[in-house]
Amino acid sequence: MAKLVEKLAVAEPFEGPMISIRDLRVSYTGREILHGITFDVQRGETLVILGGSGSGKSTLLRTLVGLEKPTSGEVWIRGKNFVAISDGERDAIRTRLGMSFQGGALFGSMTVGENVALPLIEHTKLEPSTVEIMVRLKLDQVGLSGFEDFLPSQLSGGMKKRAAVARALAMDPEILFFDEPSAGLDPIIAAGIDQLILDLKKAFHMTIIVVTHELASAFLIADRMVLINKGDVVALGTTEEMKNSKHPKVRQFLDRIPEPAVAQELDYLQMLTEPSTKSGEGRQGKSR
Amino acid sequence: MALFEQVGSTVEGGLAYVGSLTALAWRAAYFTFIGPFQGKPLRFNRAVSQTMEAGVRALPILSLITFFIGLILALQAAYELRRFGAISFVASAVAISMTRELGPLITAVIVIGRSGSAFAAELGTMRVSEEIDALETMAIDPVGFLVAPKFVAMIVMLPCLVIWANFMGILGGSIFGVLQADFTFWRYILASLDALFMRDVLTGLVKSLMFGATITAVGCLEGLNTTGGAEQVGRSTTRAVVMSIFLVILVDLVFTMLFYFLGEH
Repeated sequence: MAKLVEKLAVAEPFEGPMISIRDLRVSYTGREILHGITFDVQRGETLVILGGSGSGKSTLLRTLVGLEKPTSGEVWIRGKNFVAISDGERDAIRTRLGMSFQGGALFGSMTVGENVALPLIEHTKLEPSTVEIMVRLKLDQVGLSGFEDFLPSQLSGGMKKRAAVARALAMDPEILFFDEPSAGLDPIIAAGIDQLILDLKKAFHMTIIVVTHELASAFLIADRMVLINKGDVVALGTTEEMKNSKHPKVRQFLDRIPEPAVAQELDYLQMLTEPSTKSGEGRQGKSR
Repeated sequence: MALFEQVGSTVEGGLAYVGSLTALAWRAAYFTFIGPFQGKPLRFNRAVSQTMEAGVRALPILSLITFFIGLILALQAAYELRRFGAISFVASAVAISMTRELGPLITAVIVIGRSGSAFAAELGTMRVSEEIDALETMAIDPVGFLVAPKFVAMIVMLPCLVIWANFMGILGGSIFGVLQADFTFWRYILASLDALFMRDVLTGLVKSLMFGATITAVGCLEGLNTTGGAEQVGRSTTRAVVMSIFLVILVDLVFTMLFYFLGEH
């Protein structure tokens, strides 16, 4: 594993979009969830992926980090097609990615410190004392100094999320993914997590991708936004462009207009999965 | 026609299951025996703690149960043997049935209950709380990190536990021997040792190795394949226990037949 890091240390700095998604299609048990998604994420920008429940935004995120296999299409990360490369190369890229899961996904049998130390122990040859210092630094960054020896079960929801971010930061990633960072948190704690994301953006110029349906949080942290509806990109643009968009789906989402009630189970399934007929029409501001 | 279809799909499903079990066991074996020579060191600390949990902590309950089994075997054997005035053969009856069959089997069943179920519950919970996904995104192979240490622990500890179970069974039988069959303790032990061939003990140990691999593979596969929520974790655990017991008996049958026909030649 330590070899991965050596391989990366000699990897040349990379120009061009950090992530390029081309005609990405993903299916679950024969039902297509994403119907050909295409967009780029530039280096150092914060992109928020917006969408309602069942829109496919979480599936998109899982595909970006390699947890789901697409049926077709390409995901280019740092100039490599993440879908087509060997497992070894994919793991090498993964050490440059950090992911904060919705529920934190901290390892329950390990302390917070051990959780943060795990990627360092697995992928580097650092001395235990150095790892300890790094762990303290990362926990400091997320405002959890002194919690090294706590078990995840002893932390509150917001602290768990922070600890998960510290673990995602452990390897100094170039790209940071957040799955629903403020889900299940009260507004004050959620605002704290938003502030943490803003701080990381300012301090490290990381490329950050956030999946959320919290509008206030999205407009606060995003440079650009993409709205996913029923597995299609409905709109893509800066926060200003989104605010001023006339696209009916964007307006519906931003103005929080409810969908008409669904009476039948079949209609509901169709509503969740059918390709949106207006996809692509309202795509705006293709890149910055 | 529907019947053939049903049989066909059941057989296909069974074979696919055995296939994925073999694949998982093979990858665990890779991380155990080959990985360390390719710069992927085995997580030694994790293996040691699994060994403690699956092996050492099972000793009290295993001792008690196999002691009673030995005593029961002696009582059952004596019931028939004394009619022929051959009660002194109790020692060999207990020793042979413990080492060849019951020692490995009872040990396997206890280990399934203690560890196989725990593997499924642990990995199942990790799956539903996205911890397995987190490992993958950190470029840490879940099989190498989670399954391989359990695999090592089980294939090291099951033979050890079986030897201990054999010993406790013989000890249980000796209680009957001493109290009812005019043995002294040492004569009973010597009579047991006389009855045993190295082959009896070894076939039991070979079986126990296979049992260890089977229990780990089933427990871990069921855990890793968990989808949904807490309820599914419970279901995976139940499935792991039932499938493990079934497959251990199947492996037992296959190996017993194998040894039987090998012994003929």
